[in-house]
Amino acid sequence: MFAAEFEYRKAGSIAEAVQLLADNPDAKLLAGGHSLIPLMRFRLARPELLIDIGGIANLRGITVSGDTINIGALTTHAEIAASAEVQQANGLLAEAAGGIGDPAVRNRGTIGGNLAHADPASDWATVLTALGATVSAQGPSGSRTIAVADLIEDAFATALAENELIATVSVPTLAANQRAEYAKMAHPASFYAVVGGAVVVTMDGDRCTAASVAVGGLTPRPVKAPSVEQALAGTTLTMDSIADATARLSDDLSAAGVDIIGDVYASADFRASVAPVEVKHALLHAIGLAHH
Amino acid sequence: MTTRIFGSGIRRREDPRLITGQAAYTDDIKLTGMVHAAILRSPHAHARITGINTDAAKAAPGVLAVYTGADIEGVLNPIPCAWAIPDSDLKAVAYPAIASDTVRYVGDAVAVVVAENRYQAEDALELIEVDYSPLPTVINPEKSLDAVSKKKQEDAPNNQAFHWVAAGGDTDAAFADAAITVSETINQQKLIPNPMETRSAIASWSPAMGELTIWNTTQNPHIARFVTCLVTGVAEHKIRVIAPEVGGGFGAKIAVYPWEMITAFCSMQLGVPVKWTETRTENYMATTHGRDHVEYVEMAANADGKVTAVRSVVYAGMGAYLSTAAPGIPTILHGLMYSGPYDIANIKADVYGVFTNSTPVEAYRGAGRPEATFLLERLMDKVGDAVGIDSVEVRRRNLIEPFDNNRDVAIGITYDSGNYSNALDQLLGHVGYDQFRNDQAHERDHGTFRGIGVACYCEICGLGPSQVAGAVGFGGGLWESATVRIYATGKVNVFIGTSPHGQGEETTFAQIVADEIGVDVDDVEVVHGDTDTTPMGWGTYGSRTTVVGGAAVALTMRKLRDKAKVIAAHLLEADEADIEYADGQFFVRGAPDRAQSIQDVALQANVAWNLPEGIEPGMEASTYYDPPNFSYPFGAHAAIVSIDPDNGHITLDRYVAVDDCGPQINPMVVEGQVHGGVVQGAGQALWEGAVYDDNGQLLTGSMMDYAIPRAHMVPDIEVHSTVTPSPHNPLGVKGIGETGTIASTAAIYSAVMDALKPMGIGSLDMPLTPERVWRAIQESGYTGNGHSHNHGHDHGHGHQH
Ligand SMILES: Cc1cc2nc3c(=O)[nH]c(=O)nc-3n(C[C@H](O)[C@H](O)[C@H](O)COP(=O)(O)OP(=O)(O)OC[C@H]3O[C@@H](n4cnc5c(N)ncnc54)[C@H](O)[C@@H]3O)c2cc1C
Repeated sequence: MFAAEFEYRKAGSIAEAVQLLADNPDAKLLAGGHSLIPLMRFRLARPELLIDIGGIANLRGITVSGDTINIGALTTHAEIAASAEVQQANGLLAEAAGGIGDPAVRNRGTIGGNLAHADPASDWATVLTALGATVSAQGPSGSRTIAVADLIEDAFATALAENELIATVSVPTLAANQRAEYAKMAHPASFYAVVGGAVVVTMDGDRCTAASVAVGGLTPRPVKAPSVEQALAGTTLTMDSIADATARLSDDLSAAGVDIIGDVYASADFRASVAPVEVKHALLHAIGLAHH
Repeated sequence: MTTRIFGSGIRRREDPRLITGQAAYTDDIKLTGMVHAAILRSPHAHARITGINTDAAKAAPGVLAVYTGADIEGVLNPIPCAWAIPDSDLKAVAYPAIASDTVRYVGDAVAVVVAENRYQAEDALELIEVDYSPLPTVINPEKSLDAVSKKKQEDAPNNQAFHWVAAGGDTDAAFADAAITVSETINQQKLIPNPMETRSAIASWSPAMGELTIWNTTQNPHIARFVTCLVTGVAEHKIRVIAPEVGGGFGAKIAVYPWEMITAFCSMQLGVPVKWTETRTENYMATTHGRDHVEYVEMAANADGKVTAVRSVVYAGMGAYLSTAAPGIPTILHGLMYSGPYDIANIKADVYGVFTNSTPVEAYRGAGRPEATFLLERLMDKVGDAVGIDSVEVRRRNLIEPFDNNRDVAIGITYDSGNYSNALDQLLGHVGYDQFRNDQAHERDHGTFRGIGVACYCEICGLGPSQVAGAVGFGGGLWESATVRIYATGKVNVFIGTSPHGQGEETTFAQIVADEIGVDVDDVEVVHGDTDTTPMGWGTYGSRTTVVGGAAVALTMRKLRDKAKVIAAHLLEADEADIEYADGQFFVRGAPDRAQSIQDVALQANVAWNLPEGIEPGMEASTYYDPPNFSYPFGAHAAIVSIDPDNGHITLDRYVAVDDCGPQINPMVVEGQVHGGVVQGAGQALWEGAVYDDNGQLLTGSMMDYAIPRAHMVPDIEVHSTVTPSPHNPLGVKGIGETGTIASTAAIYSAVMDALKPMGIGSLDMPLTPERVWRAIQESGYTGNGHSHNHGHDHGHGHQH
C-alpha cells in the first residue's frame, strides 16, 4: 500500500493541465483520487507524473441553464447530492450521487473522475447513459462533446484521447411529466453497483409515452435496453406490464454483445437474472407503485 | 444520597481522545534514528524456496539491510504455540519467523528489508528475486486432512495438528434409542477480524543496556514479553513491552507474530530503533483469521422434543501454523460448551485440528462459543421441525432450570448461575413473538417473506482458574493483578496487568474504585499496557478483563479500606471495632459528623507522621486474583428479517437482545459491547467470509471485497438485560464482550431460514449473500405470486442493498 515514486504538479488552468498531459505520456490527472490512489498504492498504476487538477476553479460547480444542468468535472458526489438546484431540476442525479460509496467517497470523489475511470461498477455511467447526458472533452485543439453512452467504451476504457480531459458534464433537466429512478444491488463492501438499473419514463397519466432504460454493473460498459424501452412506450404502467417489459432485458443484453461480469460475490448468471428485477424496482419506484 | 457510581452509565473517558484523533497508536510513535522495515511475503500458498537473491535490494537507495530465513537461523527461535491441548496428539510444526525452505501460505515471510524510510523499503522488496517451486495447496480443513499434499507439514502426517475428544454420558446409546435424530453440516466460514488499527511494532535494542523495548499493538503485553524472551533469547527482565493505544483486536492481537520478532531481530542487528507497520493488505493475508470449521453435527431427542444427546465431528482449520492460542479455540472454548443453556445428558465433541495453506486461525470475538451456539440453535430448530413444535417451545422444553450457585453439565464443567427461561420470557415480550407469528402467517399468504429467529445461549468466559488453565494445556496462568496507589493528594492510580484496547475499562475500573472507597471517579486514573509499570497479568481476551481484573481491583480496594480503617481509628482515637465506613468517610459509630475522609487518611498514610504501631506508610495495595471458576453469562436474542424473493436480498428489520452479565458497572458500556458484538455476528451471518481460490490466493483481499457491516446495514439494536450475579465473583459480574457475537449469528441465520420455510429450503452456507438465497429460492421451485410489494431494496438517497 505504498505507491511507487512519482512526480507531482499542480495545474493552474485547464490549458496547463492539457499541456502537461500532452508533454508527459506517462502522466495521470488527479481529481478526487478515490480510484487512482488505491491503484497506485497497490502499485497497479505507476504514473510518472500526477497532474493535480484539484485547484482549477472553473472545473467545479453546478449551473442550470434552460433545460440543461452543467456540472463541472471536479464537482464531488456529495456536492451534487446536496445541491438544491440539482434536486429541483433532476432529482435522480442527487439521488444517485447520494447512493455512491460512503460519505468519505462522496466527499472526495468527482463526477468527472468517475466517468474517466470507467469502472464497470460505476453508478454515474449507468445513470447518465439513461439520462442521455454528454461530456465536454477539452484537448489541445479545443473541446468536443461526447455522449456518455459513447464515452464509456469498455471496462476502464473511454473515448478520451490521451491528452483530453473532461471539463463539464451536461445533463437534461427532467420535464414535469418525466420520472427517473435508479435501483442498484450494491456490493456490501464497497457499495459499488453489482447490478444497477436506471430508467427515465415520460408519462401521460398512467401511460408511458417514452422510456429510456440502461443497466450497468454487470457489463463492462452500460447497456441501453431498446426492447424494454419499446415495450414500455405506449403502455399503461402496471405491475404486469412492467414485469413483461423488463423480462425483455435479456434480449438487449444479448444484442449488446458484451460479457456479463461475474466474481466471488455475484456470478454472471445471477447478475443477468436480477438485472430485470433492478429495472423493475426502478420503474415501480418511478411511478410510485413501490412501498417504502 | 447521590446515585451510586457503580451502575451508572457515565461517558467513557477514553472516547474524547479516540474520536478526535488524538490517541497515540504504535505507528504514531517516532523515535530518534528510527528506521523502517518491510516484509517480503510469499505469493504462493505452498512452495519450496529454491533460490533467493537479495543483492539488488541491498544496493538500493536507503537500504540498510536485507535479511532472509538463513540470517535468523540459530538467532531467532521458532514462534511457539502456547496452548498444547493435552491428550490430543498435538503436533507442533516449526514456525520460523522467516521461512527458509518452504512457504506455507500466501503471506508467509520470506525476507525483510530495513531502509531509512518505508517507501525505500517497499521499493527494495521489488528487487528481491525468489525462485519458488510450487507444491500442492489445500484450503478446506476437511479436505486437508487426507489431501494429496499429505507431506506438507512434515511433522504432522495427514496435516493433522491434533485430535481432541470430550464426552459426557453415553452419546452412542442415546442416539441408538432416540425417537428423533436430526443432523446438519455446518460451514463456519473463515473470517477476517478487521481491527481498525492494523498490526504494528517498534523495536528498540539498547546495546549498552542489553535491553529490548517493543511497542507492540497487542491484547496482552505480558504474554508478548514472555514469548519475545523465548524467541529472541533476551532475558525476560531485560524486555519491556508497551501496548500504547491499541485500536481493537477481536482476538487477532492475542498472538505473538513473527513480524514483531523480525522487527526485534532487525533492531538487535542494526542497533537502531526499527518500525514495522502492516498495510491493510498484509493485515488481510498475515494477521490471524477466525472460525474456519467444517462441522458434522447431530442431535437426538424424544418424541416430545426433549433433547437427549448432541455430538459433532469438527474439522477446524488452523491455517499454516499453530498460532499462540489457536488449539484451545475449537476444543476447550467450543466443545466444552455443547450443553449451552440446555439440559442435555449425553454430549460428545470430536474435533480435528487441521493444517491448511491459509492464514493461521486464532481467537476471533466469541472464539469457539459462537460456533457452539450456532450448532445447538440450528439443531434445536431442526428438532422443533421434526417434532412439529414452534422453535421457541422446543428451546423452552430443554432449558436448564434456574440456579443461583453452580450447576454441573454432562460434559464435565460447572456453570456458576443462570436463569435462562427468564431471559427467554423477557425476550419474547420485548419482541412481541406471538404477534409476529400471527402477522407472519398472513404475510406469507401475500407473498411477503419475513422470518424470526431466536437464539438462547450460555457461554464460558472470564478465563479462568489457573489450575484449569494448566490442566487444559494453556501455557500460562489466567489470574489477574491490580496495584492501587492513593497519593497524599487523594488522587488514585490503578495499575492493572490486563490490557484494555477499546473496551472501556479505564472508565469502568475507575467506577469500581470510586464505588469501593468513595473517591470521585475523576480522581482515579487507570494505567495499563506497559510491562515496566504494571504488575503481571495475562491480558484481555475471553471476556475476562472485568471479571478477573476488575475483581482484582475491587479486592485491592477492600484491602485499602481495611488499612484506612485502622489509620482512621487511630486518628479518631477510637477502637477500630467502633469505626464505620460509608461513602468515603470513616467515623465512630453514631458520630458521622466527626469523620476522617479517605483523603485525610491517605494524606496521613503517605506522610506517616502519626501512624498506628505496626502500620506501614503509604496507601498502596496489590491483589493477585485467581478466580475459582469461569463466568457463564447467558441470554436470548431475536432477529427479524425480510427477504425479497426476486433478488435474494435480506433486510435485517429488527434485533432484540436480552443479556445477563450480572450487575452492570456501566450500562452504557455494556450496551456498547452488545451493539458491537451483535453487529460482528451479523457480519458472519450475512456479509463476511474469506474466500480463497484453489491456489490459496485470498480473493477477498481488501475492504473493497470483504464486507464488514456498516451502521446503515443494521437496525437500531434493542438491548435489554436481566441480572443474575455470579456467586463466585467479588463483584458478581460476568463477561459481556463477546455475548453479542455468540448469539447473533445464530439468531439471524435462524430468522432467514424461518423466512424461507414456505419454500422448503433446508440449509444454506454463510454468508447468506443475495445470490445464495436467490439460488435456493430458484431451486425450490418457488415462482411467486407476482405481486410482491416487499422490495428488499433500499432505494434512493444514501440507501442501497
Ligand atoms: C470505497 C469506495 C467506494 C466507491 N463506491 C462507488 C459507488 O458506489 N459508485 C460509484 O460510481 N463509484 C464508487 N466509487 C468510486 C468513486 O466514485 C470515485 O470517486 C471515482 O471512481 C473516481 O473519481 P475521483 O474524482 O476520485 O477520480 P481519481 O481517482 O482522481 O481519478 C480516476 C481516473 O480518472 C482520471 N481523471 C480524473 N478526473 C478526470 C477528468 N476531469 N478528465 C479526465 N480524466 C480524469 C484520472 O487520471 C484517473 O485515471 C467508490 C470508490 C471507493 C474508494
